[in-house]
Amino acid sequence: MAEQVFTNMTNGGPISVYVKDGKIVRIRPLQVPEDELKPWVINAGGKTYSPPKTFRLAPPGHAERNRFEPYNRILYPLKRVDFDPKGERNPQNRGKSDYVRISWEEALDIVSGEMKRLLDAYGGSAITGMTSSHHNWGIVGYKMGPFSRFMNMLNYTPILDNPDSWEGWHWGATHTYGFQWRLGMPEQFDLLEDALKNTEMIVFWSNDPDTTRGTYSGQESAIWRVWLKEKGIKTVFIDPFFNYTAAAMDGTWLPPRPGSDTALAMAIAYVWITEGRYDKEYVADKTIGFEEFKDYILGISDNGIAKTPEWAEEKSGIPARKIIALAREWASKRTCLSSGCRGGQGSACRTAYGTEWARMMVLLQAMQGLGKPGISIWGTTMGAPADSNTWFPGYAEPRGQMGKSPVAKNKLSLQNKTKQRLFRLTLPEAILTGKEDFWGDGFCGQTLDQQFVHNLYPMEGHSTVKMFYRYGGSFMGTMSDTNKWVNMYQSDKLEFVVTQDCWYGSETKFADIILPACTNLERNDLGEWAACGGYTTNAHIGNNYRVIVREKKCVEPLGESKSDYEILTLLAERLGMKELYTEGNSEDDWARLFFESSDIVKDISWEEFNEKGYYIVPIPDNYKPTPAMRWYYEGRECDTPDTGNSKRGTEKAKELGTYSGKIEFAAESLRQNLPDDTERPIVPHFIPSWEGYKSEVHKKYPLQIIMPHPRFSFHTHYDTHTPWINEIPFHRVEKDGYYWWPVRINPEDAKARNVSGGDIVELYNDRGSVLCIAQVTERVPVGVIHSYGCSAKYDPLVPGKPGATDKAGCVNLLTASKLLSKHAPGMTPNSCLCELRKWEA
Amino acid sequence: MARYGIVVDIEKCTGCHSCFLACKDEYVGNDYLPNSVAQPESGHKWIQLKEVERGTGTKIKVDYIPMLCQHCEKMPCGVSAPEGAVYRRKDGIVIINSEKAKGCKKIVNACPYGVVYWNEEKNVPQKCTLCAHMLDQGEKTVRCAESCPTGALVFGDLDDPNSPVSKLLSEKGDRAESYKPELGAEPVTKYIGLPKPFIVGEVLLADKAKECVKGAKVTLRDGVETVAEIATDFFGDFEFKDLKKNSDYTLTAEYPGYFPAEMNVKTYASVNVGEIVLKAK
Repeated sequence: MAEQVFTNMTNGGPISVYVKDGKIVRIRPLQVPEDELKPWVINAGGKTYSPPKTFRLAPPGHAERNRFEPYNRILYPLKRVDFDPKGERNPQNRGKSDYVRISWEEALDIVSGEMKRLLDAYGGSAITGMTSSHHNWGIVGYKMGPFSRFMNMLNYTPILDNPDSWEGWHWGATHTYGFQWRLGMPEQFDLLEDALKNTEMIVFWSNDPDTTRGTYSGQESAIWRVWLKEKGIKTVFIDPFFNYTAAAMDGTWLPPRPGSDTALAMAIAYVWITEGRYDKEYVADKTIGFEEFKDYILGISDNGIAKTPEWAEEKSGIPARKIIALAREWASKRTCLSSGCRGGQGSACRTAYGTEWARMMVLLQAMQGLGKPGISIWGTTMGAPADSNTWFPGYAEPRGQMGKSPVAKNKLSLQNKTKQRLFRLTLPEAILTGKEDFWGDGFCGQTLDQQFVHNLYPMEGHSTVKMFYRYGGSFMGTMSDTNKWVNMYQSDKLEFVVTQDCWYGSETKFADIILPACTNLERNDLGEWAACGGYTTNAHIGNNYRVIVREKKCVEPLGESKSDYEILTLLAERLGMKELYTEGNSEDDWARLFFESSDIVKDISWEEFNEKGYYIVPIPDNYKPTPAMRWYYEGRECDTPDTGNSKRGTEKAKELGTYSGKIEFAAESLRQNLPDDTERPIVPHFIPSWEGYKSEVHKKYPLQIIMPHPRFSFHTHYDTHTPWINEIPFHRVEKDGYYWWPVRINPEDAKARNVSGGDIVELYNDRGSVLCIAQVTERVPVGVIHSYGCSAKYDPLVPGKPGATDKAGCVNLLTASKLLSKHAPGMTPNSCLCELRKWEA
Repeated sequence: MARYGIVVDIEKCTGCHSCFLACKDEYVGNDYLPNSVAQPESGHKWIQLKEVERGTGTKIKVDYIPMLCQHCEKMPCGVSAPEGAVYRRKDGIVIINSEKAKGCKKIVNACPYGVVYWNEEKNVPQKCTLCAHMLDQGEKTVRCAESCPTGALVFGDLDDPNSPVSKLLSEKGDRAESYKPELGAEPVTKYIGLPKPFIVGEVLLADKAKECVKGAKVTLRDGVETVAEIATDFFGDFEFKDLKKNSDYTLTAEYPGYFPAEMNVKTYASVNVGEIVLKAK
């Protein structure tokens, strides 16, 4: 049979899938004839910049074929051998026992039977469930579509996500400059052109864009950083790890001790204030609360503690003279602050009191005139010219979700009668103790006030949860203090656990029933590259082209796996809800409905889109850039395509999202709601971590571990499931037939522990024990070790025993449950101390 | 007739390993006879990135050198191979014929770059074919170059002045060199920016130790010859790049009103000389 080529999409970019005899033989970046691509052109400094006529996938995207293969796929429905829904359930054996293959009939009967039993006895609130993110791409088959539609139809208890990659920005920076509609991350429109034209220096602060890549934009922005480097723009990297971008751009490296970034930022503000090196006019016109802030920095308040460079040197280990030099250069040049991924993420925000660092990032740039030409908060990963007026649905926005979209007759995701909520980070505590309270609505993207809601579980009139429907299952490697998840799974309070996934993840084998889902290479769907929508409005600006793809079923589902929509439809049928759930629509019907709801119907017919497989949204000839925050600096109404901005197009369109509409050195939202909070005070404070340098724990466990996002996988995705990626020796390292997770350690620390590169070492503290392979390197300073917090595999030496030593690198077994602060419920994996020793098996 | 080759611009390589993965995607499980039988599931790295870390403390550099078949003019891998087992195509690509090279492990050992791999199951030596099967079908690129996000790995016709590879060479060709030319294999693959020793440090003034010294003059001499004269940046840091290995250099730091300091530095490796403190006159 001749080779066929199908179009599809990954979270790292669009692909062409070559199929022969029903087998995928290779996968390349989407092949589009060059004459169909009209690249934008930026003229700056006498040069023209234009992207190549190809698409640059994220590294793991090139291994999509390998991930698809049955190496680690779930192929058949499985039942835990000692689980009997009509007899002994043996929840204490979750994580220990083996599985037996069962038929789909049996699996669906058990799952729907448990649902019916619980619905009858307790109502929908007894059922909870949650998804992982980003393992597939598409609108019809992906997590927020069919899963949300189904679970809300049952009136389930949702589990709210924490904004795990940008905690401090969400819980902190929002109170400083708003952007709650972007969950605290700043708009990035047209900042590439602005940087090429105007920026003279870039300070990368807790940011490794060659690794985090603007999240889903593949490596489209890598060439931008080559241009910036070739232009000779000075770069400084503030990061305890000499990261990949620092290596590529050959910048100056300043490694602060983890948890000291806020002190460093305050010392920079101190230099600016005492030397008068800040934009006084901007501060007077466009900000409030500066005097209160100034008093804190100068030590007029805070018991006379001035935040001098010497003070910050003691906290951070960065010499005071370097802090002064950086501060002066920053103020004398048009400097871009490049913090974390899309400009508002980074390890430093996932640290004790990480809110304060994120607030300081905004305030530093406010002191230099945020929004002026060349003066921005820009991750260097987004901000390409693009047509942002053509709308196409993304999976994370209501119009892209089959439970909420106008294309659905029954908007089931909006009709859930259960008002009870759980919160991901404290789910184990809620299950184990039967009660829990937490602050905020998870992703608080509507108003700042959502952060001040105090939730109680169980809610009056609701049941505690008894069934957990897990879709995906990767948290052992990514959430905090994850031994508690083992305890949770083994609790008899969870009467039934079902997992639905494509691959075996770290939590899969804690389930009673495992349902095999297929990937988006095995079903039809559609989606736009990188543009997830919702709180990341217009994320296509991380790409050089807007690429919308008809995702086509390339091969039959492996084993007995089925699409999510099919699995949930079969369950709905058993519950007598099939018509309600499907509205008679097949997956392709939904795909077409979503297509027809979009703006591209005027440019391409469904038939042509279906046939050709993609549509490239062209950039208008008369494209006019609207740089992020320029409108604010110039006192104009917001003119960027930031459609989530609730003040845009109103009489308040000149304002930011804060209470005052201005940048707030002293946060009015905090003053009015939590005036006595000493951990997220009205003016940002430096508060040493409970588990940081020179804390009490430091005497026993002297190594600070940081766990940023990974370079070669995507969160946990592609790790373990993709043997080719395991062969990248900076991702995992093979030794004695096992692929170990690397930990990076300074030569001095290694020597003191008699550890050499390639040794298997145990990382341990009072919470956990993990085995890794040592990589001895100057890329981490003395006292700091580095290991990505993203292992997909959990492989305890004693299966099912909480606290057992893990071989597979789930370093989050070591981290604390403690949250950013009392009212800021973010995770803190980068405030973790441990010790390391050579492992003698 | 085209003459194909690859030039690697190390200064643009971010170490992303896309080339490594794209190469696996093309060859694992796929036969392209007679150029190559399918690559095994694991163990082969027809292109791999060598990580080179240099320097100490906060003054370090990390580079990645993509290593693949160098398609050498001298073809050392073929020297003791059976007749026709290793040959150069008219377009310059060196091919190990999967049939004729069967059982010949010597080909693996003869490669001075260690980029020929042994396929245990098929009993045959294997390596990068520069995606010859794709070029034969009229493709203009090869998988590693197609996947490269920054244009660090550039493929093309060396005889066509408009090819990407010729354009790169016309821009930076004076700096293009072979990897380990001393091996005498005369590689066609060329590299720009191969890591060479550097000397870095910081200048401080004894009586103003709390401030960085911008604009101090730092001179590097090789015997009597001045290699370079530079000024410290706003952090007080200086850096001499692209030096000769195992050479004796003399470094002098000067600042008006201060006694100059001089030191000898030998480039066994890259050297961070640390802080040079100048005393006031």
